[in-house]
Amino acid sequence: MPLMPVVLWTDALVFLLIALGLLFGLYAARHEHLRAPWRRVVQSRVGVAMLVVLSAYGMVGLLDTVHVRLKLDTPADSSAAPQYAPEILSLLDLALSGLRERQEKTYSAPFATHLFVKEAIEQPDGSVIRDFPRLEHGGSHLADPATQRGADILFTAMLGMLKGLVFWVLTAFAILWLIARRRGELMEQTWTAIRAGRTPIPWLTALSMLGLLLILGFVAGELAARYHILGTDKVGEDVFFQTLKSIRTGLLIGTLTTLVMLPAAILLGIAAGYFRGWVDDVIQYLYTTLNAIPGVLLIAAAILMLQVYMSNHAEDFTSLVERADLRLLFLCLILGVTSWTGLCRLLRGEALKLREVDYVQAASALGVGHATIIGRHILPNVMHIVLITLVLDFSGLVLAEAVLSYVNIGVDPTMNSWGNMINSARLELARDPVVWWSLTAAFVFMFTLVLAANLFADVVRDAFDPRLRGI
Amino acid sequence: MTAYILRRLLYAVPILIGVNLLTFVLFFVVNSPDDMARMHLGEKRVTEEAVQGWKAAHGYDRPLLYNAEASGMARLTETIFFEKSARLFAFQFGSSDDGRDIGYDISQRMWPSLAIAVPVLLVGLAFNISYALFIVFFRATYVDIGSVVLLVAMLSISSLFYIIGGQFLLSKVFHLAPISGYDTGLHAWKFLILPVIVGVIGGIGAGTRWYRTLFLEEVGKDYVRTARAKGLSERLVLFRHVLGNALIPILTGVVVVLPLLFMGSLITESFFGIPGLGSYTIDAISNQDFAIVRAMVFLGAVLYILGLILTDISYTLVDPRVRLQ
Amino acid sequence: MTDTLLQVEGLTTELGAAAQPLRVVDGLDLHLQAGETLALLGESGCGKSMTALSLMRLLPPSGRILAGSVRLGGTDLLRLTETEMRAVRGGRLAMIFQEPQTSLNPVLTVGAQIAEAVRVHAGCSRAQVPERVVELLRAVGIPDPAQRAGEYPHQLSGGMKQRVMIAMALAGDPQILIADEPTTALDVTIQAQVLRLLKDLQRDTGLAVLLITHDLGVVAETADRLAVMYAGQIVETATVAGFFARPAHPYSRRLMESLPSADRRSGRLAVIPGRVPPLDRVFQGCRFADRCQSVMPVCREETPGWFEIGAGQGVRCHLWADSLQSVVGSWQSAASGASEGESDRHPAAGNGILLRATDLKVHFPIHRGILRRVVGQVRAVDGVSLDLRAGRTLALVGESGCGKTTAGKGILQLVQPTGGSIRYRDRELIGLGHRRMRTIRKDLQIIFQDPYAAMNPRMLVGDIVGEGLQALGIEPRRAGRMRRVAELLELVGLDPASANRYPHEFSGGQRQRICIARALAVEPRIIICDEPTSALDVSVQAQILNLLKDLQERLGLAYLFISHNISVVAYLAHEVAVMYLGRVVEQGPVDVVLDDPRHPYTRALLSAVPVIDADRRREIIRLEGDMPSPSHPPPGCHFHPRCPVAIDACARSYPGETRLNDARVVHCLRANQE
Repeated sequence: MPLMPVVLWTDALVFLLIALGLLFGLYAARHEHLRAPWRRVVQSRVGVAMLVVLSAYGMVGLLDTVHVRLKLDTPADSSAAPQYAPEILSLLDLALSGLRERQEKTYSAPFATHLFVKEAIEQPDGSVIRDFPRLEHGGSHLADPATQRGADILFTAMLGMLKGLVFWVLTAFAILWLIARRRGELMEQTWTAIRAGRTPIPWLTALSMLGLLLILGFVAGELAARYHILGTDKVGEDVFFQTLKSIRTGLLIGTLTTLVMLPAAILLGIAAGYFRGWVDDVIQYLYTTLNAIPGVLLIAAAILMLQVYMSNHAEDFTSLVERADLRLLFLCLILGVTSWTGLCRLLRGEALKLREVDYVQAASALGVGHATIIGRHILPNVMHIVLITLVLDFSGLVLAEAVLSYVNIGVDPTMNSWGNMINSARLELARDPVVWWSLTAAFVFMFTLVLAANLFADVVRDAFDPRLRGI
Repeated sequence: MTAYILRRLLYAVPILIGVNLLTFVLFFVVNSPDDMARMHLGEKRVTEEAVQGWKAAHGYDRPLLYNAEASGMARLTETIFFEKSARLFAFQFGSSDDGRDIGYDISQRMWPSLAIAVPVLLVGLAFNISYALFIVFFRATYVDIGSVVLLVAMLSISSLFYIIGGQFLLSKVFHLAPISGYDTGLHAWKFLILPVIVGVIGGIGAGTRWYRTLFLEEVGKDYVRTARAKGLSERLVLFRHVLGNALIPILTGVVVVLPLLFMGSLITESFFGIPGLGSYTIDAISNQDFAIVRAMVFLGAVLYILGLILTDISYTLVDPRVRLQ
Repeated sequence: MTDTLLQVEGLTTELGAAAQPLRVVDGLDLHLQAGETLALLGESGCGKSMTALSLMRLLPPSGRILAGSVRLGGTDLLRLTETEMRAVRGGRLAMIFQEPQTSLNPVLTVGAQIAEAVRVHAGCSRAQVPERVVELLRAVGIPDPAQRAGEYPHQLSGGMKQRVMIAMALAGDPQILIADEPTTALDVTIQAQVLRLLKDLQRDTGLAVLLITHDLGVVAETADRLAVMYAGQIVETATVAGFFARPAHPYSRRLMESLPSADRRSGRLAVIPGRVPPLDRVFQGCRFADRCQSVMPVCREETPGWFEIGAGQGVRCHLWADSLQSVVGSWQSAASGASEGESDRHPAAGNGILLRATDLKVHFPIHRGILRRVVGQVRAVDGVSLDLRAGRTLALVGESGCGKTTAGKGILQLVQPTGGSIRYRDRELIGLGHRRMRTIRKDLQIIFQDPYAAMNPRMLVGDIVGEGLQALGIEPRRAGRMRRVAELLELVGLDPASANRYPHEFSGGQRQRICIARALAVEPRIIICDEPTSALDVSVQAQILNLLKDLQERLGLAYLFISHNISVVAYLAHEVAVMYLGRVVEQGPVDVVLDDPRHPYTRALLSAVPVIDADRRREIIRLEGDMPSPSHPPPGCHFHPRCPVAIDACARSYPGETRLNDARVVHCLRANQE
């Protein structure tokens, strides 16, 4: 076996999350009242478009979540146990190993062929001049960058676009075939129906968005093989690679935090509202106390404590990746602790209302026990609130990560994240000329994700909130 | 009313005790003072004397909860819990790691914080309410749709970018305002312009969208239909009836954050170099000055509870239906 | 027709997306003369309110008027600009709404809200406005108007709020008042007050009223003419006298026959099968054809035209086409006989008492002060004694807030009683505890008022009905349970296949049947019916009442029937107990109590009920004011501050029980006088 899979803590939780999501999906598919709102989501044009964007981010994040250790080239002595590299890599790292390994010395602008700072260069005749040296990798295939670069970029971009188009047509064709098979009609009929917008799901929007992303992706991929399309940072690392790696961090913070807080919020919220009395008093006290502490300070305090612990127990952490991973997990946990109170309060209010509703009264009149009433009558009728909170919180958490990392109480400084990128970019803006690309890259990628999540959350809320439906 | 406020104040006591216990556990139990000392001294191999010296210098050389060596009340008072945590109840914050009086620092630094937070709040409120009313007046037209898209886009931008963008454009490119810094007294205004503008713009997305939802909810109510049936103009309906009712959640939402304005804004202040409580906190966090962090946690909790009480009182003032008992 | 004020022609209104619109008003014609009251009658969802809003041009954002004209005097309202229309709204054409609760702005004083209307319409100077506001409040009979003007809506009772709404409508001296179900949300005694007020105003000012209602009794008592609406169209217009003497449309006839009353006790009520068709489709033929008993082939093919049948009566029905006139006669005689028939007056009445509540009390504590000490009690139920017998129905009657629902829930231990005793077959239920109560739950069941809230929307009907079977371990296996559920659904007149569907797929009446099936599943002996028909339309109410009656005869059930609707009680109950402010004031056999009420409150209550038959109307005894709060009941007899015959002694102590005969109990000092 050439590689050994490694499962980090956060990986395990992501897998758990995916498993839960799949289970819920299967369950929802068999229950009309759960399926109906999702159908409304995918029937909205904004909904599907944003779903495509979010899936693209999700794919990158997922690739970055499967971690392995590569086998080292040992002498052909089969008797020795295989040796694995200490470095933990993800599938994304492997897929982008070109980007990862092509390091420059320091800053270089996007598509540059020369370094951003002057260096002493030794001329062939032995003299030394100060000039911008050629990059080791970016545009190194060009003999005369000044004249060839523009044409080369254009040509490569066209090539990427062509590949993207071909791939898109193939994918679209496959999707079309699947839809046609399901609808039991000819592909031509399906295509005219989609073009005329007569399908319940706006496939045209979905396919256009997919096309846009595929073409962008292929163009970027093709160019990135020859240039640093978003430049390089202070230590010469490719910024494009960094932003792609940051996706996982953002997604993880946004999803794992809610996963962590969900059990407590649901359990305590419903219990407080349903049982009232002293249970309610205790739970209310708990969340008012937690709420009273300013969130940032609680996070700061907890992270500081973690740092103290880690610096005193450095021997427990074998690799930097593991250490960063644990810190990320801990951050999710502590963010969860500060954010469960909102949902808990919402659920408490809803449970208070529901316990007086006629069907709960009828159930008690029929002698149904408390646990069953909660499981059968209360929980299913608050799930839409949970779901709406989940998607609404996501974008806020992604933004929070950036702020926290900026204050140094976010993810580990060695971890790729948009917050860390912005943090380091702050000083770069003070340089002259300005180093703007790290910041821009982080901005574009983060903005796209958060905007997509916000728009999607709006669609989900409209679809799930019974008040807005008027039923 | 007084009875109500008194009861709420009594309720605050167990909550503050809870906050205190929690911070105590976080700061002294999860990690012992020894750990802290080692981290501060930085070295991997710190001598025991150095640790003891640091602890003695900062007052961490006592037992946590119970001092068996002392006698009488001192068994409880000469402990870390009493000296470092319980004293907070008397607003005795002690001194920071570099020996400054925290209470004095707080009283000095809260003014710059307020100088930013209050204008941001007021200008933001005025702008967001006006904009939201404008959108609601043109509801279900392209003005509405376009504005909603704009607002969602605005709230999808991290506050960091607003600050960085504002600094870059207004200060670096156009040289309209100093990039950062602060001055005492009235001279501070030119340092305040930029942070205030950035703060207001950063809040437009979320604020206006929220107010728009509130207004739209009110527009659908029965009494609005009654007002129209009376023959009132759309302007009167919006300003008198819709705004009047929507102001209740808006105002109470504002009141709850009023006390917390003292705490300042972490990010804004540290970016613009304003010597307020926000940057104070940030500096404490990056210097790992636990005494300050502890004091700020306690102060935040007190202000939060104050905000809750003020909210309830403000309800009785603006909503004729609510009476406290 | 010279003084026709309002002339509506071909009014057509749609709601919802243009792709799949609901045509809520379809080619509606009507006219209104000065000084008259025209009632627009119809069941829910037939387009009455949308008609009114179309006239005012106040449709919700998704609504639009497609065609027609609304002429008020010489102007067509539909052609006015929005600014011109504003002068008409609240000016010549005013409107009041169903829910006075939500129709007033909660944060403005009522005076300020009326003043707004005064400022817009009346041409008086600024200084005169407050004076005019007080004058208007006085005109609608609000006591102490100057002080009331400074109060907020929540400080007024429902009836007062509706008066304020009327005052607001009167501010612009309108020629026409559109009243959209103005009394539906109010209790009967308050309804009588408000209707009286409208009548008086009409007499004094010559106001024309378009009264929108679903209540035939209200129509009979207040209107001059009426128009019956069905599925967006007017199907019949007539004078009120002519209509009740000879309803022309089959729908009108059935509607009247489905009204419960004491006379119909012996038989079943006529029902209109099915429901009002949804309005999102194109109709072919008559819209009522699917539910009509006299349906003919032509009804399904041709849209019926409008036939004038004399004396101001017109109808939209093929039966009145000249060639078919003969059919009408025979049909009318046949139909009138239908409701008589079987006469099982006394069902097998086991005389044994199943359940006896003695001095039942449910008090809710009021907390005040720093330590939330209990400073008072809301005496929702304050000493109620009732006997339930197998196979009999005891009706618990009273206005909202009198504690009747709480009493029902107290008996079931759904709220914990604070005192008294409930003995069910020699077992004391109070203090039994959650677990031991479970064994008794099987015998005591409940049906709720709102069939929409009574079922978990996330559960299949089969699981809902089978819930009790599972919880009480009667049918632990799913297969057996489903078999039983199928039987039950059939028993209440539903398709057994309904078990695999969700509640939202059913109409209100069908949902109430499912709720009945759920209650029946555990084979109870007593069912507490908490206003089971008050959320339903008249025709559907008849179906449910018939079903309840059948079930009682077949299964020997005892019902505690909680209701505010006297005619339903008269139809269904054997005994009746009248509640006022947490206590039963009068109790006895239903016919005796309803025919010869002895307690002044019962008298007032009964006199306020609108009656169709003009001969049977009683002089309305007007009660002053509103029911006091149950947290501060008046000393002595709770009713004495409002009682027209109160004497000094009434204020001193609560009157004890006066037994008129075996079964008849009245709590009134003056019960034996007269």
